Amino acid sequence: MASVGCAFFLGGFFNANMASLESYFAFLPWLFIAFVPAVGMRLWSEEKRAGTIELLFTLPVTTLEAVLAKFLASWAFLCLAILLSFPMVLTVAYLGDPDWGVIVSSYLGCLLMAGAYLGICSLTSAFTKNQVISFVVSVFICFVLVLLGWSIFTDFLGGYLALPAWLVDLVSNFSFKSHFDGFVKGIIDPKDVIFFLSLAGFCLFLNVLVLER
Amino acid sequence: MIEVQGLVKNYGALRAVDGVSFKVNRGDILGFLGPNGAGKSTTMKVIMGFLRPTAGTAIVGGHDVTVDPVAVKRMVGYLPENAPAYPEMTVEEFLGFIAEVRGFRTIAQSRPRIERVVDLCHLTQVRRQTIETLSKGFKQRVGFAQALLHDPPVLVLDEPTDGLDPNQKHEVRNLIKQMAAEKAIILSTHILEEVEAICTRIIIITRGKVVVDATPEELHARHAGAQLEEIFRDLTQTDT
Repeated sequence: MASVGCAFFLGGFFNANMASLESYFAFLPWLFIAFVPAVGMRLWSEEKRAGTIELLFTLPVTTLEAVLAKFLASWAFLCLAILLSFPMVLTVAYLGDPDWGVIVSSYLGCLLMAGAYLGICSLTSAFTKNQVISFVVSVFICFVLVLLGWSIFTDFLGGYLALPAWLVDLVSNFSFKSHFDGFVKGIIDPKDVIFFLSLAGFCLFLNVLVLER
Repeated sequence: MIEVQGLVKNYGALRAVDGVSFKVNRGDILGFLGPNGAGKSTTMKVIMGFLRPTAGTAIVGGHDVTVDPVAVKRMVGYLPENAPAYPEMTVEEFLGFIAEVRGFRTIAQSRPRIERVVDLCHLTQVRRQTIETLSKGFKQRVGFAQALLHDPPVLVLDEPTDGLDPNQKHEVRNLIKQMAAEKAIILSTHILEEVEAICTRIIIITRGKVVVDATPEELHARHAGAQLEEIFRDLTQTDT
């Protein structure tokens, strides 16, 4: 709902006069900052608070299995939520003749990006038994990771602070946004795919270490 | 079945368990006694592979818990202190989840096991209620049912009768006694009458050290005429 609202009111969905979902997808990195941590915040913190973590880890599962299972379950939930935005697709298909390749790549980017956000949330959730702390910390980290690639921020770095271009590129390369923008334009770059998957994978690896501590 | 060897567990600078060793055989009901904070729960958590020991180890059914914790977890039914369970699940969903994790994937495999423990622990009337709505006694029995679900050869029960009324306590004790013949059971408690009622061996632990490892008869013979309560107080008084 919020994502559709953003596209309609902030993104000039209709004014653009184009049969594309670009204005819809452009806002997702920002929306995910709040949305994904809301899903991921209780993954481990709730287990810790309720003491069920003792039950879970005295069942015959390894830490890695438990971490992956929880991650995949929440990811599946996020994927479902993202794919339920299909009325937007139907709308543009009815109003015009959209580029289906771009829509597919945008959705793919979305799912991968959600996975990377979720990895971070799962990790922060393992540090605390308080869901609120878990939520705030993951929102903060996700926000920074989006901000790094925001054009206004990179312009500030490059223009106002006059940092060399390679340094600005380096900084923005850590951002969700820079890696996501390619997908929205219809480019599936293996670099971007690997960025999202490796970020999620690295976070889950740390997650296992934190839990086994 | 269970062999604990020189177990040490530190929490930072605090030594919670200090060189605990004992053995439990099939048919034994080991009563694990001690004042609060003596290291009972910690010892059990280490046996279950939930905490990693600072030194020493526990061997359950031939599997070293520091080497192959999953094999140990498969063999043991564990009732953690306060019987934690997922509050938003119903009793049936929860037991179904445990059955699945324990490897009973199909309904045909899990159904009879769930029916058995629901029956055994008298959960029939609450089986469709969510766990958060249950009273302490029912929650405790759900935890007990969960531990018995896969009919394990080893049971580790952390204060199994905590929160139950006298009738329920009596029932749980009978249940434990019935199962004792083919299982090795460790139960922790600070209710002394319970130990006298069902345990075949007593270990008293204080400040992380074992101070008594004997049968109830031996203990009484050693302290002629004394009640278990007096013996307990004598041995653990230094704590307070």
